[in-house]
Amino acid sequence: MEKTVDMQITLEHTNSSAIAREMVRARLASGSPAMDMVLTLIVVCDDDTVEDALHSATILSKEHPARVIGVILGKGTGGPDLHAKIRVGSETSGESILLRMSGQLVKHAESAVLPLLLPDSPVVVWWPGTAPTNPAADPIGSLGNRRLTDAETSGQSVRNLTRVARNYTPGDTDLSWTRLTPWRALLAAALDQVKSPVVGGTISAGPGNPAGVLLEAWLESRLKVPIIWHRVDADQIMLVTLETKAGEVRIERVDENSCTFNVPGSAPRTVPLTKRTLAELLAEDLRRLDADQIYGATVEHLLVGR
Amino acid sequence: MSTNPLRDPQDRRLPQIAGPCGLVLFGVTGDLARRKLIPAIYDLANRGLLPPGFALVGFARHDFGREGFAELAKEAAKAGARTQWRETVWKQLYAGVRFVEGSFDDDAAWKQLAATLAELDDSQGTQGNHAFYLSIPPGLFSTVVNKLKQHGLATADGDPKHPDAWRRVVIEKPFGHDLASAQELNEIVGEVFPPGSVFRIDHYLGKETVQNILAFRFANGMFEPVWNSNYVDHVQITMAEDIGIGTRAGYYDGIGAARDVIQNHLLQLMALIAMEDPVSFNAKSLRIEKQKILANARPPARMDLHTAHAQYTAGWAGGEEVKGYLEEEGIPADSRTETYAAVRIDIGTRRWAGVPFYLRVGKRLGRRVTEVAVVFKRAPHQPFNRNDVEELGQNAVVMRIQPDEGVTLRFGAKVPGTVMEIRDVNMDFAYGGTFVEDSPEAYERLILDVLLGEPPLVPRHEEVEMSWQILDPVIEHWARRKDIDTYPAGTWGPASADKMLERDGRRWRRP
Repeated sequence: MEKTVDMQITLEHTNSSAIAREMVRARLASGSPAMDMVLTLIVVCDDDTVEDALHSATILSKEHPARVIGVILGKGTGGPDLHAKIRVGSETSGESILLRMSGQLVKHAESAVLPLLLPDSPVVVWWPGTAPTNPAADPIGSLGNRRLTDAETSGQSVRNLTRVARNYTPGDTDLSWTRLTPWRALLAAALDQVKSPVVGGTISAGPGNPAGVLLEAWLESRLKVPIIWHRVDADQIMLVTLETKAGEVRIERVDENSCTFNVPGSAPRTVPLTKRTLAELLAEDLRRLDADQIYGATVEHLLVGR
Repeated sequence: MSTNPLRDPQDRRLPQIAGPCGLVLFGVTGDLARRKLIPAIYDLANRGLLPPGFALVGFARHDFGREGFAELAKEAAKAGARTQWRETVWKQLYAGVRFVEGSFDDDAAWKQLAATLAELDDSQGTQGNHAFYLSIPPGLFSTVVNKLKQHGLATADGDPKHPDAWRRVVIEKPFGHDLASAQELNEIVGEVFPPGSVFRIDHYLGKETVQNILAFRFANGMFEPVWNSNYVDHVQITMAEDIGIGTRAGYYDGIGAARDVIQNHLLQLMALIAMEDPVSFNAKSLRIEKQKILANARPPARMDLHTAHAQYTAGWAGGEEVKGYLEEEGIPADSRTETYAAVRIDIGTRRWAGVPFYLRVGKRLGRRVTEVAVVFKRAPHQPFNRNDVEELGQNAVVMRIQPDEGVTLRFGAKVPGTVMEIRDVNMDFAYGGTFVEDSPEAYERLILDVLLGEPPLVPRHEEVEMSWQILDPVIEHWARRKDIDTYPAGTWGPASADKMLERDGRRWRRP
């Protein structure tokens, strides 16, 4: 069987309508004019992060076929210039465009991106690196229904999280919240079993752990009890306990891939708690494209007293 | 679950995990258990959808011991899993794996099973919740459910520690071979388990695309107004297989295509296509609507004109020379079991009066496909002259259930050029292209539904009995006939089936 190769087209000193025209041509040439793509994913990145980010986005396309638009903002000086690289895949389900902008265009990047959005379907903006302080007000961010930031990609991650959270707009979430889902699922499963009021709890995690901070806020806002933070020397959440009237719920990380799950009334068990890849995290986020109200309530609680 | 402060209906990231429970599998060495059930359980665990202390108990007349059974389950899971293999996930499952050795009439083994379940309630925290999956021939149901009752396993009433726990039983098709046998089967199971605790699994109904029929019909505004006899001409439901009977000779002969597939899969598909919109998406509302359709569906008045049954004869299928049904191993030379069945069903409701539903199923047909085609009436007036629209067929919505899941819209479009010439074109939505990868296997969905206790699509015994009521007269009519039609393997069925539609001025789609 002959395997077809991805089609790649490079356009120099170009504009959006030329790019759009090439994309239609490429799609027809690859024999699949049907557009099954469900969303546009804009990845705002720089030269260091672009490769990893686009790689994750391509893997992601297998679950959510998307038009991926990578945007690299170059130097803001000089005349406006736009270069584009288009890839229409036979192996990937979606298509991708990498836009490299420089000069004055950097200040008006959204003008180059807007004509390339898929008609009608949702737009997700993802900053794999440093995110703007107010994603929803950012010119490119304002194109999206969903905005994904990642507080953990640079130092001072808790500060990154709260800085963006102060400008929370429905549709924002941080990937550290997504990383937290397995922990939240285990805790919810524990309270499915122990039907007894929770009177207190603790979290043991490293000091600069945004997921831990979110977990604390989530537990406090849901359970209405104070959660005590034990500072340990680790980058992950190591232990969460919930004190209930029936006894202690205790979930403790054992190694990279598992934890012990201990609820009153049954013997302790080891259950998987694996680290997920970036593509898996994004896939979870893209499964629902409306605002995450629980995240909203959690960051609201987080900011109280900060 | 509403009492759990950490759960919130708005929080859709949190997976809906089954509560604490265990699954007891009867017939662990069977094909289905190894190829489908055990891999599905692993995949559920891997997706984090099983409770942390999930227990899997095997019951069989083998001396595997726990380790042997665990090894068998591990091999099966590894071979059949759709998700990535993770040793840690297996270790978690392994902690809850138990094995009970014995035959189904051996009281000592049942006592052992009861003791095992009690032990799991303590060690794994299954809290007395257990589902019994009968992956065994229907002839053994009676023995097994009665033993479950005799040993106090069918309810949790005798369990002082967990008085609120549930016990459920899962059975697979066939649900009998006619109305009488289905009723008998329902009685056997119904004596021991209340209707809400009996789960009849039809893996077809767990498929994403079948569930998508409901989404397609009821979540959209544009199809509902035309979904009735004012606009729909007729409906064709097809389940075609390209394979022969293979190794299923022993089961298949004497059963035939109609009993094997029409009674359950196709009539259920028909009910989903035809039903009124349910007031909500819960199991009860869906059941009420499906039952209305099945209760009003009628087999044809003239069986000789509107049914067809046939056997495949030797021929060439898909580039290979294949045997005829009567030459297959284990089939008696005088067998009159049909491998192809087609029947016209009419539904006596305001929505569907005058719209025939044509159901057909067969082995060794042109290709493997399951689909539902809703074919629309022609436009009442054509402003074009006859030559212009010569090649224009009827508009259709086709839902492809498998393979290549998706929806096709068929309509006319102008052929580019200076003359007005209109021809049929297809607009295609490929499910696989839009939401791909990792879509859960039907059994995963069904097992999870059983453990959650709220399966929207599992048929109750009333539906099974109604389906037999529709089909029994057809099968009786065939039994009275002395002969059976034939069709060459690899074609789209017998001439009699084509005539059946020609009489109504229609023809079968080539799927």
